[in-house]
Amino acid sequence: MELSLDDVRRIAQLARIAITDAEAAATRDQLGNIFDLIEQMNAVDTTGIEPMSHAQDLTLRLRADEVTQTDERERFLALAPETERGLYLVPQVIE
Amino acid sequence: MSPRAELHELDLTELSALLAARQVSSEELAQALLARIATQNGDLNAFITLDPDATLAQARAADARIGRGEGGVLTGIPVAHKDIFCASGWRTTCGSRMLEEFTAPYDATVVEHFNDAGAVFLGKTNMDEFAMGSSNESSWFGPVRNPWDRNAVPGGSSGGSAAAVAARLCPAATGTDTGGSIRQPAALTGICGLKPTYGLVSRYGMIAFASSLDQAGPLARSAADLAVLLDTMVGFDPRDSTSLERPVEHYGRALDRPLEGMRLGLPREYFAEGLDADVARAVDEALVTLRGLGCETVEVSLPNTRLSIPVYYVLAPAEASSNLARYDGARYGYRAQEPRDLADLYSRTRAEGFGAEVRRRILVGTYVLSHGYYDAYYLKAQQIRRLIARDFDAAFSTCDLILGPTSPSVAFDLGERSADPVQMYLSDIYTIAVNLAGLPGMSIPAGFGAKGRPVGLQVIGNYFDEARMLNLAHRFQQATDWHRRAPASGA
Repeated sequence: MELSLDDVRRIAQLARIAITDAEAAATRDQLGNIFDLIEQMNAVDTTGIEPMSHAQDLTLRLRADEVTQTDERERFLALAPETERGLYLVPQVIE
Repeated sequence: MSPRAELHELDLTELSALLAARQVSSEELAQALLARIATQNGDLNAFITLDPDATLAQARAADARIGRGEGGVLTGIPVAHKDIFCASGWRTTCGSRMLEEFTAPYDATVVEHFNDAGAVFLGKTNMDEFAMGSSNESSWFGPVRNPWDRNAVPGGSSGGSAAAVAARLCPAATGTDTGGSIRQPAALTGICGLKPTYGLVSRYGMIAFASSLDQAGPLARSAADLAVLLDTMVGFDPRDSTSLERPVEHYGRALDRPLEGMRLGLPREYFAEGLDADVARAVDEALVTLRGLGCETVEVSLPNTRLSIPVYYVLAPAEASSNLARYDGARYGYRAQEPRDLADLYSRTRAEGFGAEVRRRILVGTYVLSHGYYDAYYLKAQQIRRLIARDFDAAFSTCDLILGPTSPSVAFDLGERSADPVQMYLSDIYTIAVNLAGLPGMSIPAGFGAKGRPVGLQVIGNYFDEARMLNLAHRFQQATDWHRRAPASGA
């Protein structure tokens, strides 16, 4: 499959992965090869076949509406690169 | 068992007997293995995190428990965990720079089960980054080497666990298998590995790659050892929405059953073009042994085998692109320095924190899920997934188990396939369909091929038929000694 450099940049933007022009060119070729492999699927007629999303036929369970987790805010916040007053810090979004 | 055997030479069942008889303490055993790791791990790179104080403390606790007469079969047994399992207080990296400094705040259910059984946490093993790979070359912590040949890969993604068991650094290890990541490294390093039926082992605390395919399982030296490990790993867990609620099984219950009359299906597509002659020869010899034990072989067909690779490389990247969206540099893990703004923080964190293969798969997954392409790729792949599962259903109507090679070749050289992703993907041609269908699969040693590198025999069972698979493997291992062969120790 032919992907353009703009396709690659657009996908990278959607995935929030920074990509240089040199990387975009190499990535285009690699993704092209992967999509050539993927497009072998087109040879199969799948009309009327129910998609299989999962190995088992599962129904979502319900549970009693009870508190099962304790508050571990401090422990989890301690893992973050930057926090302040119990909040995660990121660069300013709104001026 | 020779009384003169060194501790690292003994398998789990043998060590369990020694511990129960108090002929060795868990602390001595852990010390012996830590000492062996210290001399052998340097060039193997199988372990990436060790914490001898924590390990020895757990070993002493196990000794006390055995002393009180409260020990079970795994109490005091050192077990290595693939670094995909969160373990409280242990660095948990998933082989990625993204999580290089991440210490898990809780235990995965699998880890909890081993702790409850009194097993001793020996260390964390190396792996392909986020379990994406078939050679262990995509780890941020460097490649793992195959104990049989330091120029060869150990397979992946559970390559560190497989190499550690093969090199006699530990009697047992955990792994995870999304497209063959337990079975293929087990095959390439000459050990045993089992991927259970999807849903039997909890995924809670196991870092997600492709959630509809990921399944944890054990790696060890014999089928009997795998049965014991499986007993501990399996169990319903309300914290995993895909965990199955089933009666408790004892997986070793049928180990000794005679194999007379067992029907083994040989998929025509697994013995066709693409299978190396040395692997074919070893598998054929294994089949001769099994016929000698009373098994019958019948040809079966899995006509959509070839399509399992394209289907997998849509579904797994799609699920991965969603699962890995959580690594954003804000809440935990790697963060890019001096971001200009929030968009820059996200995109540079992910560009710098993820390696090339992970980025590639996220891009593939993002594309196939993007607007306008969903039906052509994702839905189409799910439809063919159904056809692949039906192939197995049809095959199991004429046989009890399906047998074939685990991998089309013996271990390849480091660097041989790393430049060409598609070549690497084709390594998993015989394993991927099993994950797509959700079936159990295992690999056991079946001799050696080119350059003295191990060959694995794959055993695929119907849903929940692990006990029968282990029965076949155990009887095979009573008739052969491939699983007892050990590589020479390193310098």
